Amino acid sequence: MGEFLQFLFTGVTTGAIYGLIALGFNVLYNATDLVNFAQGEWVMLGGLLFYSLGVSLGWPMVAAFAIAVLLVALLGLLLERAALRPVKKPEPITLIIITVGASIFLRGVAMRLWGKDPYSVPPITASVEPVRLWGAALMPQSLWILGVVVVLMTGLHLFTKRTLTGKAMEACAIHRNAAWILGIPSERMILLAFALSAALGAVGGVIIAPITMPSYDMGTMLGLKGFCAAMLGGLGSHWGAALGGVLLGVLESLGVGYFSSGIKDAIAFLVLLIILIVRPSGLLGASAVKRF
Amino acid sequence: MGSVKRLGSTTAFALGVTTVGLWTKNPYVQQLLIIIGIHTLLALGLNMLMGYAGQISLGHAAFFGMGAYGTGILTTHFQWSPLASLPLVLVAACFLGYLIGRPVLRLSGYYLAMGTLGLGIIAHVIFREWDTFTGGASGLVGIPPLTFGPVMIMLGTSGFYTVWGTVLLFFVLCGRVVNSRVGWALRALGDSQKAAAACGIHTAHLKALIFSFSAMMAALAGYLYAHLLGFISPSSFDFLMSIRMVTMVVIGGMASIWGSLLGASVITLLPEWLHVFSDYEMMVYGLILMVVMIFLPQGLTRGVLDAVQQARSHTHRNIRGAQEASASRKGEEV
Repeated sequence: MGEFLQFLFTGVTTGAIYGLIALGFNVLYNATDLVNFAQGEWVMLGGLLFYSLGVSLGWPMVAAFAIAVLLVALLGLLLERAALRPVKKPEPITLIIITVGASIFLRGVAMRLWGKDPYSVPPITASVEPVRLWGAALMPQSLWILGVVVVLMTGLHLFTKRTLTGKAMEACAIHRNAAWILGIPSERMILLAFALSAALGAVGGVIIAPITMPSYDMGTMLGLKGFCAAMLGGLGSHWGAALGGVLLGVLESLGVGYFSSGIKDAIAFLVLLIILIVRPSGLLGASAVKRF
Repeated sequence: MGSVKRLGSTTAFALGVTTVGLWTKNPYVQQLLIIIGIHTLLALGLNMLMGYAGQISLGHAAFFGMGAYGTGILTTHFQWSPLASLPLVLVAACFLGYLIGRPVLRLSGYYLAMGTLGLGIIAHVIFREWDTFTGGASGLVGIPPLTFGPVMIMLGTSGFYTVWGTVLLFFVLCGRVVNSRVGWALRALGDSQKAAAACGIHTAHLKALIFSFSAMMAALAGYLYAHLLGFISPSSFDFLMSIRMVTMVVIGGMASIWGSLLGASVITLLPEWLHVFSDYEMMVYGLILMVVMIFLPQGLTRGVLDAVQQARSHTHRNIRGAQEASASRKGEEV
């Protein structure tokens, strides 16, 4: 029982991160119909920048957190402006190769700047003892992660449903030209979506840093797992992202716990392939997803 | 391309290969040329899928690895002779390619890219984790060189001719496929799947078929690679290798058979010329992918050719326009 519960805790914690990354995919997909293959690199950059600012330079944690997220959001804007806006014929195959190129490029830059070794980052509350529950330990960092993810999910929900900007963004997602005719600056909304999705990834990178040790090559895998979570929950659905993330995290953690740690990455992709082929709309998504 | 022109370019290429083969005696250069040949096979196979049929694959290193590990396992664990394992490896790759391709290629766009990426990662995990057969992360050692009777044919000059003979064979084969009915069906598929289906093309079957063909070519390249080095490890068949393959296609130009040779040469020679390259490898690939796709989405060869053609037709039009203008002026005078 204790063992199972332990796996469940680990799974829900990593699952929450996957959910957060999936949320980043969703925000961008909703606004632009684009799947950004560099999404995972925002997570990596968030984690590494947080390390440099908060641990190396010794800034207060809150400031390091804010500046790291802000910088990554700016990079998100830069990606849209420099690499995606100039494309003349935006066909999926072109955009895929460009974002894959951006992802490889950012990885290469991070490798030059931070080297190949992972860094250790202290947990947000290092002094608090883990909570013991039926023989399993619940780390305070896990609670932090869950808390941050829940706050962000709720915030995003309120933003899109209650604020004018959020509604305008949703209008752009439904029909860009129609929104533009109604006086919504759709170009600016797309930029906002890029910044927002990069920022969400960066937040994920910062809060996961104490458990995974950020390194230059963590992004690709996390990005793919995030996409898997987004597909599992239904691409575009925010609550689906959370559900998909947690489900994937728990599956992985059980697989690692009861089988072997080597197959961890294969589980996510097996799930992804099955969901793509059997039910592409995901568990909570709208039924009409353009997959074929 | 007309058949005479095609025959001409093929002959020129064959002559070029023969001359280079006779002229190079330096083992380092020979090894490099062999690797370029293997990469050309990879790029050509992927180009048939990406360039002509318009279906992206971000996990093609899986089939490259399948060929290498297939023959590696057969020859080391089961003491097969390398020549005996070749047909089995190729048939298995074809079969698996079709079997995997049929469901996966129902996907398109981003989903296909993610799906194939997933395939590549699953294959990499299998190569790394199934250590009773694959040797795990440390790799598989002692793969015998290719021999034909008493002659070693995977070393030096004979190796060079084996690999480049294969490349030539596939150049001719792909050239014929591309200019056949199947080739036009592939291009139609690349332009619009719906329109292709409306023209009576069995798109699902055709897509799986071309996927299986390119899987077979990747496996063949893997087979040659394994017997060339005698040692393989999972890191040669990871995500970065898949990206390397896509980069070769993108540099050479989508839907360009000769472009594959250019792309493979650039990607193989870059690390040799730039000694610090390995530190910047990913940055360079990333930049190449982004810049080429933003400015020349048809790839370098095609982009440059198009630009030349455009410039030429532009001057033609100017000349003709000037002639017409002067003719009409003459008409007015009369």
